[in-house]
Amino acid sequence: MEKQRIKKISDLGNIGDLIFEKLTLLFAVSVFLLVLLMGYEMYSGSKLSIDKFGWSFLVNSTWDPVLEIYGALPIIYGTVVSSFLALIFALPLSIGVAVFLAEVAPPWLEKPLSFLVELLAGIPSVIYGLWGIFVLVPWIRSDVEPFLSDKLGFLPFFRGAPYGFGLLAAVLILALMVLPIISSITRDILKSVPRSQREAALALGATRWQTSLIVLKDAKSGILGATMLGLGRAIGETMAVTMVIGNRALISPSLFDPSYTMASVIANEFTEATSEMYLSALIQLALVLFVITIIINALAQLLVWSMSRKWKTA
Amino acid sequence: MENGIMNSKFFYYKRKYTSFVMMSLTFIAALAAVIPLVLIFYYTVSTAITYLNLDFFIHMPKPVGESGGGMANAIVGTLILIGIGGVIGIPIGVMTGTYLSEFGNNKFGFIVRFLTDVLSGIPSIVVGVVAYTMVVLPMKHFSALAGGIALGILMIPTITRTTEEMIKLVPHALREAGLALGIPKWRTTLSIVLKTAWKGIATGVLLGLSRAAGETAPLLFTALGNRFWSTKIGQPIASLTVYIYDYAKSPFEDWNQQAWTAALVLILLISLISLLFRIITRSKYKTN
Repeated sequence: MEKQRIKKISDLGNIGDLIFEKLTLLFAVSVFLLVLLMGYEMYSGSKLSIDKFGWSFLVNSTWDPVLEIYGALPIIYGTVVSSFLALIFALPLSIGVAVFLAEVAPPWLEKPLSFLVELLAGIPSVIYGLWGIFVLVPWIRSDVEPFLSDKLGFLPFFRGAPYGFGLLAAVLILALMVLPIISSITRDILKSVPRSQREAALALGATRWQTSLIVLKDAKSGILGATMLGLGRAIGETMAVTMVIGNRALISPSLFDPSYTMASVIANEFTEATSEMYLSALIQLALVLFVITIIINALAQLLVWSMSRKWKTA
Repeated sequence: MENGIMNSKFFYYKRKYTSFVMMSLTFIAALAAVIPLVLIFYYTVSTAITYLNLDFFIHMPKPVGESGGGMANAIVGTLILIGIGGVIGIPIGVMTGTYLSEFGNNKFGFIVRFLTDVLSGIPSIVVGVVAYTMVVLPMKHFSALAGGIALGILMIPTITRTTEEMIKLVPHALREAGLALGIPKWRTTLSIVLKTAWKGIATGVLLGLSRAAGETAPLLFTALGNRFWSTKIGQPIASLTVYIYDYAKSPFEDWNQQAWTAALVLILLISLISLLFRIITRSKYKTN
């Protein structure tokens, strides 16, 4: 009698375990399916445009909703140029910040500074954009662009009328926005490098900077991963960029000229898309953005993981 | 001999000097990173503070040309949107995180972990496009529901990640103690492991919610925006972020001012969410 009862209870336990495991599994599967569904939804939504333009969508340089011709080349150009230039600005600064936080700063300074850097990552994109429109752009128009065209105007990059709104403003604001991401991941990676590496370097008489260089070398692949995460973020950044980049599909070498990015085209034109083909082309743009960011993030994730695993097994 | 000593002294000072310069540069980099933060907060607070009054919270937006008015509808709209997002994102995030930490040491767990990381890198505007094709197109009109679903999807990676990390921090001894008492695994996980980790999980949830409150791009063509009072989830709904975007672009100075005020309110709202959660989690811990 008593034995049966116990058996019943333990069976119940096992059934409960089974239900619990399957239930959580269900949710995990839903995340898996969600990503697939997202890809499928965008593919079917852009079928019209894919069938008509195919790969020429990526290399055609005319984006004309009136004539219903959609070529994304100037938009892809704007996206690539703005994100890479932003990285060029942000990367050295981010590494500097990370080295300071991980190697130089005493704990009482490191904690509040890390907190501030993380706060910077938490400011909503639209507030960056607001600040960009009313503070950054007027400053660029009145000081930065006249200065650059005066001193470096012989280069094609710094020619044209100083509007303020344009590629330069977008690059600066993107650099600001990816800086906290790259620097906080890099700081974590530097911290995961074992202390013994530093102690060995110091024992050999290396200065603090030489020690940091050794640590940075150890963390190379992780930093590359962090940079790619920053790149993914810059490519997909929407609001702040849309608000300052000037929004014109244009291929021009000058940083002063307006430009366009994939995300800002979608943000700007989606609600205005009157024809099915127009909407389909915009969804195709989203699909391209989706695929690009997945590839970049997957690579970045693998790099960061390989880095953390390296020291765990060592 | 003399020369050798001179040489080594020279290199010694050169190395010292380089080190000092480079270390100072890292300090300057850290300062330079923090300056924009100070600037952004300074401009937001100083511009918004003169316009921030009770009217802003309880009145509706005025038509073009009339000054004054508030954004009561947008404040409520943002709360409703992150509410819908939470209803979708929190269960999926917490349960997936639980799966990953309890049963996820296999190939499928690896794939899901990888996908949540990838999902966190997908631009929010892309999620907006997906919500558009999935919800707005079949319903044939913009709605709060579509915006909420987009925000919910965006919350999933943050919540999943923190849940998994927090559960992993729970000491194995606690779990073993539960199992040794004959409690089945599911009960142990629910009543012991999750209960211990709940504070950390709540932090993840709060992070997800506050990030969602600051999202604009996925709302532009899902929730759209609404100049009138609406709390219906089947209708377009206003949100603070979309108002900031629209008012910042507008040529009216009064609206520009209101954009700054809305930005300050948004920052306050996000801080309030985190404060609220901190209070809840703290009191819960004391009574236990």
